[in-house]
Amino acid sequence: MSNVPNELRYTKSHEWVRTEADGSVTVGITDHAQELLGDMVFIELPEIEANYTAGDECAVVESVKAASDVYSPISGEVIAINEDLTETPETINQDPFDTGWMFKMQPEDAGEVDELMDAEAYAEFIADEEH
Amino acid sequence: MPFIPHTDDDTREMLATIGADSIEDLFDEIPSGLRATSLDRIPAGRNEMAVNRLLQECAAKDTQPLSFLGAGAYEHHIPAAVWQLTTRGEFYTAYTPYQAEASQGTLQLLYEFQTMMAELTAMDVSNASLYDGASALAEAVLMAVRANRKSKSKRILMPATVHPTYRSVVNTIVRHQGIKLELVDYDRQGGHIDPASLPAEPGDITALVIPQPNFFGSLEDADALTDWAQQHGALVIAVVNPTAMALIKPPGEWGNGEGADIVCGEGQPLGAPLASGGPYFGFMCCAQQHVRQMPGRIIGRTTDLEGKSGYVLTLQAREQHIRRSKATSNICTNQGLLTTAATIYLALVGQQGLQQTAAHSHANTRKLAEALGAIAGVELIFNRPYFHEAVLRLPKPAAEVLVELDRLGILGGFDLAADYPELGNALLVCATETKTDADIEQFAAALRKVLG
Repeated sequence: MSNVPNELRYTKSHEWVRTEADGSVTVGITDHAQELLGDMVFIELPEIEANYTAGDECAVVESVKAASDVYSPISGEVIAINEDLTETPETINQDPFDTGWMFKMQPEDAGEVDELMDAEAYAEFIADEEH
Repeated sequence: MPFIPHTDDDTREMLATIGADSIEDLFDEIPSGLRATSLDRIPAGRNEMAVNRLLQECAAKDTQPLSFLGAGAYEHHIPAAVWQLTTRGEFYTAYTPYQAEASQGTLQLLYEFQTMMAELTAMDVSNASLYDGASALAEAVLMAVRANRKSKSKRILMPATVHPTYRSVVNTIVRHQGIKLELVDYDRQGGHIDPASLPAEPGDITALVIPQPNFFGSLEDADALTDWAQQHGALVIAVVNPTAMALIKPPGEWGNGEGADIVCGEGQPLGAPLASGGPYFGFMCCAQQHVRQMPGRIIGRTTDLEGKSGYVLTLQAREQHIRRSKATSNICTNQGLLTTAATIYLALVGQQGLQQTAAHSHANTRKLAEALGAIAGVELIFNRPYFHEAVLRLPKPAAEVLVELDRLGILGGFDLAADYPELGNALLVCATETKTDADIEQFAAALRKVLG
């Protein structure tokens, strides 16, 4: 059973979102997603200052099985990226919700995060997906 | 088992199954105007003996002209062992030889090929070949657009000294991808890109293509061009002749230290014969930091649990089975058999042999330019150093001269009139190590006769 932390929000494309104290949001891919993808071998991160609309492709995670897009969960500007992933992409497998974060965004509309799934809804969503 | 897979009964049965009355019914979707009813220019069938006789008559018309034609395809001596080994069944029949358990030999060979190409170009990595030199350049352009993330313009500076066919192929492949190819003019005295003519403030450029030697055979000032590109945030794509790399500074060492970013070219000079225009193969090398943007396949060496060497397909980050619909490699067809020949060729001639081939080719071209330049009305157009090709100006159109030379058994070169009309009656000539002093004198005598 995948780990689905309570305090985060989730997308149907398996990104997680955490709202920070300063109003920015941190984004990564879920434990469920990393389990499905398998061993990560390369992460292509977005560029700082890039602007995305919710649903835009903004990064790529590449595992031994496939390369998969990561979508921007909200609209806003990229303000930080986790450059450590370039050297150690396997961090996403080991710790998807903490040191395996991918990028931080400044949301255009903070309300957008609230529209994403909460932990309960996401847990249900992946349970359904598996059936 | 019959060679014809279906009898009339089979056909009737198949038609009945799909509910069609006749073969014609299958084609009724196609407007009748588009159907070819009779093929007037195709003769009626002949029996085996008559076909054999016809082919012998055709073959007798073929001659083996003395060739001074280069322009992207070069006649070099190929040791007999190269194709004797390349056409062994183990190499010859393999189609997708990537299943590691089944094809260690091919994987090892591709690994050796990559190693030799990386050494020859002084680059970090090489892929296992592409379709041909022209499409390799197109892939290099697409790769540069992906790799240069700082550049947003998708502007590629493409010198007029790059092979005209290559430029045309690149244009065909990239023009609908928002990529702008900007032609860079050449210096009329040197037949090269004058670094001083490049703009001081060019704006955002994604990459500069540097041909070495260029289509005229002239050597470009690769160091200065590389420095200029890097100062302006542009990547450097080198298009090189692999034989020349044995003699002149390889792209990995161009400029003030960093060298070119991507190197590509046509591999034909390395053991592939001239055969009516193909098949050829492209090669591509790059700096380590761009490796994940490189199309094609990279083979690596590893050790198994018992400590034995093994060869595996290590990286193919842009390919369909990894990226699905997002694959970014357009024409990466791996020319396995030709890279096999190239690997054996390079292994046989060795570093010294390739240097000798290059040096003899250069020396023969100098002799050729001297001998032809001494003919009244013929002059060498450019004053730059050249490798194994040079451009001559003739007193009359090159096309007419070439027809006359052909009658004398000589392939006299490449007519530049269509691609570079500003050069007048210009002829591109080439001599490789295969030409003797007597061959060169024969060409000179023939040209004197034709022009006389």
